[in-house]
Formats: sequence, structure tokens, C-alpha cells
Amino acid sequence: MTTAENLTEPAGVGSPETVTVPSPAATTPPKEKTFWSKLASSFAMFRNPKSLTGLVILCVFVAVALLGDVLAPYGALEKDFTALRQAPSWTHLLGTTHMGEDILSQIIYGTRGVLIVGFLAGIIGTAIAVVMGVVAGYTRGWRSESLSAVTNVFLVIPGLPLIIIVASQFENPPLILIAAVLAATGWAWGARVLRAQTMSLRNRDFIQAARANGEPLHRIILVEMLPNLMAIIASSFVGTVTAAVLGLTTLAFIGVIPITNLNWGTILFWAQQNGAFPDFWWWYVPAGLCIAILGVALSLINFGIDEYVNPRLRSAGERARAMKKKGLDVNATMTVVRTVETPARRQAGNTK
Amino acid sequence: MKIPVRFIASRSAFYLITAWAAITINFFLPRMMAGDPVTAYMQRNAGQISPEAERSLRILFGLDQNSSVWEQYTGYWQLLFSGDLGRSFSNGLAPVGDIISSALPWTLGLVGIATIVSFVLGTATGALIGWRRGSKADVIVPISTFFSTVPYFWLGLIAIAVFSSTLGWFPASHAYDKGSSPVFTADFIGQVIAHGALPAITIVIASLGGWILGMRNMMLTVLDEDYITVAQAKGLPNRRVLWHYAARNAMLPQLSSFALSIGFIVGGTIVMEMVFSYPGIGKLLLDATNAKDYPLMQGVFLIITMAVLCANVLADVAYAILDPRTRQTEA
Amino acid sequence: MTTLEFVNVSKRYRVRGASTMLALDDVSFTLHDRETIALVGQSGSGKSTIAKILTQLETPTSGEVLLNGKPIPRHGRGLRSYRQTLRMIFQDPFGSLNPCHTIRYHIERPLRLDNVVPQNETETEVRRLLERVRLDADAVIDRRPHELSGGQRQRVAIARALASRPSLLVADEPVSMLDVSIRLGVLNLLADLQREEGLGVLYITHDLATARHFSDQIMVLHQGRVVEHGPADDVILHPQHEYTRELRSASPDPEKHFATASTRPQGGVA
Repeated sequence: MTTAENLTEPAGVGSPETVTVPSPAATTPPKEKTFWSKLASSFAMFRNPKSLTGLVILCVFVAVALLGDVLAPYGALEKDFTALRQAPSWTHLLGTTHMGEDILSQIIYGTRGVLIVGFLAGIIGTAIAVVMGVVAGYTRGWRSESLSAVTNVFLVIPGLPLIIIVASQFENPPLILIAAVLAATGWAWGARVLRAQTMSLRNRDFIQAARANGEPLHRIILVEMLPNLMAIIASSFVGTVTAAVLGLTTLAFIGVIPITNLNWGTILFWAQQNGAFPDFWWWYVPAGLCIAILGVALSLINFGIDEYVNPRLRSAGERARAMKKKGLDVNATMTVVRTVETPARRQAGNTK
Repeated sequence: MKIPVRFIASRSAFYLITAWAAITINFFLPRMMAGDPVTAYMQRNAGQISPEAERSLRILFGLDQNSSVWEQYTGYWQLLFSGDLGRSFSNGLAPVGDIISSALPWTLGLVGIATIVSFVLGTATGALIGWRRGSKADVIVPISTFFSTVPYFWLGLIAIAVFSSTLGWFPASHAYDKGSSPVFTADFIGQVIAHGALPAITIVIASLGGWILGMRNMMLTVLDEDYITVAQAKGLPNRRVLWHYAARNAMLPQLSSFALSIGFIVGGTIVMEMVFSYPGIGKLLLDATNAKDYPLMQGVFLIITMAVLCANVLADVAYAILDPRTRQTEA
Repeated sequence: MTTLEFVNVSKRYRVRGASTMLALDDVSFTLHDRETIALVGQSGSGKSTIAKILTQLETPTSGEVLLNGKPIPRHGRGLRSYRQTLRMIFQDPFGSLNPCHTIRYHIERPLRLDNVVPQNETETEVRRLLERVRLDADAVIDRRPHELSGGQRQRVAIARALASRPSLLVADEPVSMLDVSIRLGVLNLLADLQREEGLGVLYITHDLATARHFSDQIMVLHQGRVVEHGPADDVILHPQHEYTRELRSASPDPEKHFATASTRPQGGVA
């Protein structure tokens, strides 16, 4: 980017004589930043095709969860004994269960259970991860090491067996307890990444400058460091939600979580208990597909964030394709020389 | 090769601490649980419990009201060191250790092989896709994304429904045919392979996606480094640059994420064993949970945690061998 | 009149394991306002350690640092006023500014923290500071660091340092990460500011040429010790210490005739 260095007085021996060059980029003041454009720029990490696709799919699920009562044609547990185990039809778009319950309605209502627990677990887990990770990264010595040791212990102890044992203790655990247990086994990964990032951030000059300027500690962490960590925190949140969704549905399928909490895993639990396999595919395929599609949506969001953070991932494929169009291989070991028609060359060719 | 004493010492310290933490959690687990089915069980079967069984159960669950928590804790450690993990309620008071050791080999064999196959296949595929960026191979990325978020158990159910019930290619459950007993004959081994095929394939497909994506991302980052350009400029054949330079460096974070994902793999195994009724420790844990068989639950949890720790140790060793920097700098 | 003294300062760092590293060995010097001292030395000589001790990011293992004859305060109000007196300019123009914040924020913070001007005058003061370092305030004030060039960022760093109206400035290799063609511009700016504001500047560098051009005194640091200290011209033209001579001979001199094999200076900087 060209500068607008202004050396109007003689600069002394050795300096090139320069002239002020008005550079368009630097002299036009930036557009007025409204609240919305500021909001948009802080969500820059989401502004690429992958993230947007993922967000759209996620919003569809959220809408289904919110508008469940309106969208679902029947109640979730409404039984119709005249229509048992029916294949998809116009009255029951996804067919019925062995008790005549409409599967589409079950899936719609089940979305709520999945999303609520998933996001709750994500929020709790990410909050713990941020506190543990950032504090461990900012402090030094035994404080940092001991926090890191705790994180590593939680990382290594296998989550699902622990959840199974703990969850089996409760007769009818409230949603928030399930979310808390899922969060308790899922926070460690994000904390570890955050600790590494915070440690590298702490040695950056602008943090030293802030300390030298006398900024209080809470401002250094909250205002100086945290904005730089947002992408990683967002990615960790999405990852925790994904893990929580998978964990919840798995636990429901196993039967460890009581069936009073309706989610897609519960549907599969009933399907298996009541002999849906292999014939009644409409019972068990949609629920699993929903889990997978939600997972894909969340993964896409994370890919988008990854590409934002690591620009190399962004254009790698496009660069290679662009080169291919020109007839070059991105992995070519020798520099390829291409001849291009220029007016001079054409002239030279004509006069030969 | 220089022995990195500091590295080994700090990692060993970490693992010892984690092992201690796991054992302590295990100690407190039944004491936090609601109700006291243990005492109820013991009262119901008062006459039929042998003295050793009773003693170990008491220590395991702290039924001696007279001793302090600390005494119970040390007693628990002694019990562990003597190899006594208690007696299983749901298995006629057989020693937990015996039950676990009959189930463990199935899990280790199946999951171990499937995971290693998946890791190797996924890493190699990811390396190739990363190398051939921008080509048609990129279509594998969305496919593997999909498969990496499909729940294990659902994939297993679909696999059974399609390949077993409908097509009849593979048996749907258990490790060997009903009525057979484990002997080292070709026929039995054939049965094991036939029964293990579907679970193994399911695990491989479900976990492949994650390895492919992770490796591809690392490859893209590594391929932009200057030393790759130098290697190519030196005139090294592409194959060598791909595998010995790029993949070798890109694989290091893969290894550490492998170590970390072992806990997650265990989770998937539990579910998979339930779906296929495979007689491994995952199924053991679930059966124990449903039967409220606390000694067995405790024992299985402990063994699973120790196994995960061992796998982590191995992964660390592999990482240290492959990455010369870890031997010198801090862990 | 502000005076900062280093009195027999040593700094020992603990290295991984049981060993220690001596970064500074019995260093003493005095910095007054209205003068510039250049601190010259190669990488690892201890220059940055001195900067860190001055800004209290580190403390000396032994020896004292005195401000106007009294040991520098380390807590409370005294520390606050010390921080207003001495400011630092960092080496890396990109690293010393927070990528998430605007230029306005960077310059506002010291103004707010030290209550330099009343609240309603902050905006004017920010613009005044930007003009002072010869930047177009309108163009720059709402931008983020990655939208500016290296030279512009370093000017912002200077403006930020001047915000609290310090008497002393520590410039830790302020131009070594800038393009050669703009270095002189930034250094001349520093020289002008020093003259006009009456600042005392500790100019840390590895480049003898700019040290001579820019400062009144030169201090040569080698492996943590001060091996030479005197007026700039004396140190350059009549170096006493072996190391200083080596440093000087390592600087290319365009006016020197091409040396033949026999007259070529032996060795270089270690």
C-alpha cells in the first residue's frame, strides 16, 4: 500500500528526494461506520460461502424448533391406532410409529430438545474453556501449569463412560443438568487451544505496550486480548455444540437419558426397541439424517471460521484451479515459461 | 538418539497425575450415587457371599461406617494393587477383573484395528487430496464432512439394515456364531472376521472423515511453506516431496489430535458395541449400568480410563520419535 | 529537568533447567531530558532488557534505577506518574498495535488512562497528536493497523507514546523493521519531536550510522556490559574498545575506495 510520506525539508545525506504523492487509498476517509456495518464487520469470520451455508441450515433448524407448534401437523405423542406403522403418505409425511404417532411431528418437536441442550452445553462449555484457557495462558509459572494440568486430565478421561455413569444416577434430570454434564466433559479441548493462543498473544508487543501504559488487568484480558481470540472462541463454541448434539442423541439412543426429553435420539431409541429395523425405514432414517445435517451445518460454519483464520485454506483450491486453466500445474517442480503475445513481439515478428 | 529426559519426565508426571485423578474419581463415584443398592444387594444375598467377596465389596463401597474416608481411600488403593476390582452383581459375584479380561480383547482387537486402519487411510487420503488441491478430488471434502458428523450408532443401524437383514452379506451381531466357543481354529477365526466385518467397516467409515479433513487442512498449510518450494526446486520427485516432506510434517498435529480423540473413539465404541451386541467392554458397561451393577461399572470405567492413558502414552512416544523439536523444547 | 539513572544494574534470567543467563552486567548510565543517547549493540547484547527494565516490564536482579535521585516507584500513584514520565516505542510496527482496535482507540487510551486532557477535548487532542507525527488525521483515525503501512504504524506508535506528555522516551529499534527508504523520515521526525518537546531519548539500535546521525552520546553494549560510552562523534571517529572498532568497520562506507586484499579489514562483527 503506497504511503503518503511527506519529506518536504532536505532530509540529509543518503535520503532520496521524495515528493508527496497523494495516494487515493490513504486520503479518502473511510465510510461512516454505522452500528450495523460495525456489527457486520465483527462477524467477518462468517462472511464466506461455507459459513453462510451452514448458518442458513442452522437457522432452518432453529426456525423449526421455534415454530414447532405451528408446523407440526400432530402432537408428538398423539396416537392414532388406525394408522400403525404406515409408510409416508399425504396424511403422515414421514409415516407413523408402531403406536400411530406421526414421525414428522416427533422430529419437529425433537428439534427443540436437541437445540436447547446443544446450545446450553455449548455456552457453558465455552464459558469454562475461556476462563480456564485464557487465565492459564496469561499467568505464568505454577498457576498456569496447574490449570493446564487440570485441563489435560479432563481431556484424557473418556467422556461418554463418565456421562453414562453420572446420568444413570438421576431419574429425571432437567435439561440444564444434562447440558452441564455434556459441557463438563467437552470444555477441555477449547481450553487447551485458547491457552496456546493466549500465551502467544501475551508476548505480542501491543500487550506489552498496554501493560507499560498501565492498563488494568481486567481491561487487558477483556478489551485487548479477547477480541483477538474471538475466532477461536467461536470455533470452539461450534465444536462444543456439535459434540453436545452427538452426545445427547447417543445417550438418548442408549436409553441413559430418560425418554421424557424428546429429541432425535429418543426417536431412534423407540425405533430400535419396537422393531423398526430394517423394514420401517421411515422411522429411523429421518432422525439420523437430521443429526447428520445439523452436524454438517455446524461443521461448515467451523470451516468458514477456519478459512478466515488461516487464509491459506481459503484460496488454495481456487488458486490451483485458476492455474490449471492457464495450463499450469500448481505442483510443477520447474517454473513454467509461457509466451504471451504482446504488441512489441507481434511487431518484431512482422518485421523479421 | 539423545534421550530427552526432561520430556519423558514431564510426560510421565502428567500421566501419573491423570491416573491418580481417574482412580480417585472412581473411588468417589459410588459414594456420590443415590440410594444404596449395594447394601440392599448384600443383605438380600447375605448367606451366599464368600468372605473375600464381602470384604472387597465393603472396601470398594465404603460400607464400613467405622472407618474414615481416608482409611477407605487407602484401603481402596490396596485393593487395586492386589488386582481385586470387586465382584460383579449381575454375574453371580464373579470377580470383576475376570469379566473384564474376557471382554477386553474383543474391544481392543476390533476397535484397535479399525481405528488404526481409519487413521492410516484417512491421513493418506487427506495428504493426497491436499496435494491435488483444486482438482476433482476436492469433492471428497463435503462427503467426508457428512460422514464425520453422522452418529456412529445410526450408521451402524443402517449398515445392519442394509447389509445384514436385507442383503444378508454379514451377520448382524455378536462376535461369533451362537453355540461356538472360542478356540483357535480356522473356522472360528473365520466366524470372528465375518462378525467383526460390519462393525469394523462402520467404525472406519464414520471416523474416516475427520482424519481426511484434518490432514487436508494441515497439508494446505504446510504446502505453502518455503521449504516445500525448495524441495521441489532441488528437483526432488513429486512423490518424495509429497510423502517425505509435506505429509511427514503435516502429520504431527494429526498425531496429537489422534491422542486426544481416543476418548471420543471410546465413546463411539460403546455405542457401536451396543448396536452390534458385540461382547466388548462397551457393552459390558451398558449392561452394568442397566443392571445397576456398581462394582462392574466402576471396574470398567477404570479400565477404560487406563487404556486411554496407555494409548496417549503410545501416541506421545510416536510424536516424540517423529518430531525432533519435542525432544529439545518443553512438552 | 528529569534525570534517569541506571546504577550498577545487573539482570539474570533463569533459563530452562537450573542454569541462569546474565543479560546485563553492571550497567550504569544517566539519561537527561533534552538529550539523546544511543544504545548500540548486536542481538543478544542486552539492549531490550534495558528497555524492559526502564518500562518496569522486568526488574533488575541487582543495582538500582533512580528517577531524579530517588528509586523508581513500583506501586500506586508513584508508578502511575512514572509511567507518564517514561514511554516506549516498540520495534515491530505491526505487533505494537492491537489489530482489533482503531487508531483513534490506540491514542485515546493513554489520554484517558492518565487524564491528560478533559473528556470533551480527547478527540481534538487525538487529532493534534496525529498531525504532530505528520499523519493525515482524517485518513487514518478510523482505520485499523493492518490498513496502514509500516511507516504510518510507527508514527502512530510515536503519537501514542507522546500522548501522556512524557519527559523521556525509549525507542527500541524503532526503524529496523521499516523499509530503508523511509527510515530516515521516521528518525528525523523523532529528532524534531525531541528538540521541540525537550524529550530525553534512549535510542536503541544495532545500526551505528543512524546512532551517530541522531544522538548526542553513544553507549556500546557487548554481552551485557557497557564497553564504550562517550559523545557520538568521539565514539565513532576514535573508538577506544576493540568491539566498537569492529562495529565501525562493519558499516559500509560509500566514500571509501575499494580495498585490496591486503588492506581489507580483518574479521567482522562477531
